[in-house]
Formats: sequence, C-alpha cells, structure tokens
Amino acid sequence: MSDVKKFLYVNRKAPYGTIYALESLEVVLIGAAFEQDVSLAFLDDGVFQLTKGQKTDGIGVKNFSPTFRALGDYEVTKLYVEKESLEERGLTEDDLQEIMYEDEDDDWEEKPSIRIVSRAEMADVMADQDVVLSF
Amino acid sequence: MSAYSVNGQTVEHDEEGYITNLSDWSKDLAEVIAKEENIDMTEEHWAVVNFLREYYDEYQIAPAVRVLIKAIKKSMGPEVGNNKYMYELFPYGPAKQACKIAGLPKPTGCV
Repeated sequence: MSDVKKFLYVNRKAPYGTIYALESLEVVLIGAAFEQDVSLAFLDDGVFQLTKGQKTDGIGVKNFSPTFRALGDYEVTKLYVEKESLEERGLTEDDLQEIMYEDEDDDWEEKPSIRIVSRAEMADVMADQDVVLSF
Repeated sequence: MSAYSVNGQTVEHDEEGYITNLSDWSKDLAEVIAKEENIDMTEEHWAVVNFLREYYDEYQIAPAVRVLIKAIKKSMGPEVGNNKYMYELFPYGPAKQACKIAGLPKPTGCV
C-alpha cells in the first residue's frame, strides 16, 4: 500500500507526574487502527516508562506499564530506546521489561520489540520518518 | 449516575452503563448487565467475557475489537474468532458490549 506513512512517537518524559506518557500510549493504541508503520522512541526521562517492577500504589494512579506489552497485538513492534539516555540514568537493558511480539512473516516466532540504539542511530531513525509526534 | 441492582446491593454505572468501580464486578452482576443489553449469557458469551477480563488483568486495557477478534481466533479457533460470529453474540459490538458485561472500561479509542 502506497499511502502507508512512517509515524514515530517520541517519548521524553517520566511515566508519572505528567499525563504525557499515558496520553502518548493512548494515541498510539487509537492510531494503530489506521494501519500505518508505527514506531516508538524513548529518550531522556522517557526511558523510565519501560522500566520493570513499577509500583504506583503510593501515588494513587494506575500503573499502565503492562499496556506496553500489548503493543504487539496492535502490530506496533518497534520500540527504540536510546542507549545514552539509559546510561545517564544508571539504567541498562536489564532494567527494562521484556516486550515481545509475534512475527507474522516468520511463523509467529516471538521476537523482542525493544531495540537499544545509540544517539546517532536514533537521529537516523527520526530522519527516516514521515511524521514525528513528540510527547 | 444510575446503578444496577444485584443481590440487594447497588452498583453504580456511568451514563452508558459501564460500572464505575471495577472491583464491584461479580458473575451475578454480569448477568444483570447482560439482561439490560438483551443478551442471554451462554457458554460462548462467558468465554469472551472471561477472555476480556484476563486480557485486562494482564495488560490493563480493554483491547480494540480488531485485536479482540484476532486474539479470540488464536485461543479459541476461527469458528468463534470471526467478525460474524462475534457480532451474533454481541450485536451492538463485541468490544463495547462484552466489555460492559465484563465490568471493564470502554475500550480505548471506542467512541
């Protein structure tokens, strides 16, 4: 299909404290119905959105981090995470939750959705898009 | 704000019939909501409702109808997991109606 555009949702903020992270995820889920080529980018404090073991009881809001694991069902399978942003916050890939998708073109094999990229690679990912939405 | 009445207790719901407090849900309440929707709960209805509750429990969202049908097809087979059959079970929309009966919020992106 020629009218498929490449959409990148850029997430730069921590998961709680502002509504940006949750709103971004909701827009992604709603937008998935339009069958575009969707990717997500996580940088700066946005990398905290994907950390595992989030507990929100103390701040009285819903922990929406499990919803990232549903993205594969919505055919959103590219989650780019910037390596430098992780390092600057003392995080590694092991601190992030495991997010898998089933590859329709490869006998439904389970593959990881999270791709760790360098800052330079992230710039290339962004340059490659038709639409970039920043949250 | 109005309410359902189940076993002598009242359970609040919003203007569209989705319950306000997700922990108020029970199987008896599901039967009451289904009745309001003119649905007789069969084993197949329950299978979809239970599936939705499990999905919500795991991912914290009610899936879009397209995702729901695909997932049902995978877990319960193509004779259940297809548009026609799902709309026979839930004529006003499988995601919308089944979520209401399952005590979940309206699916994200559903207007």
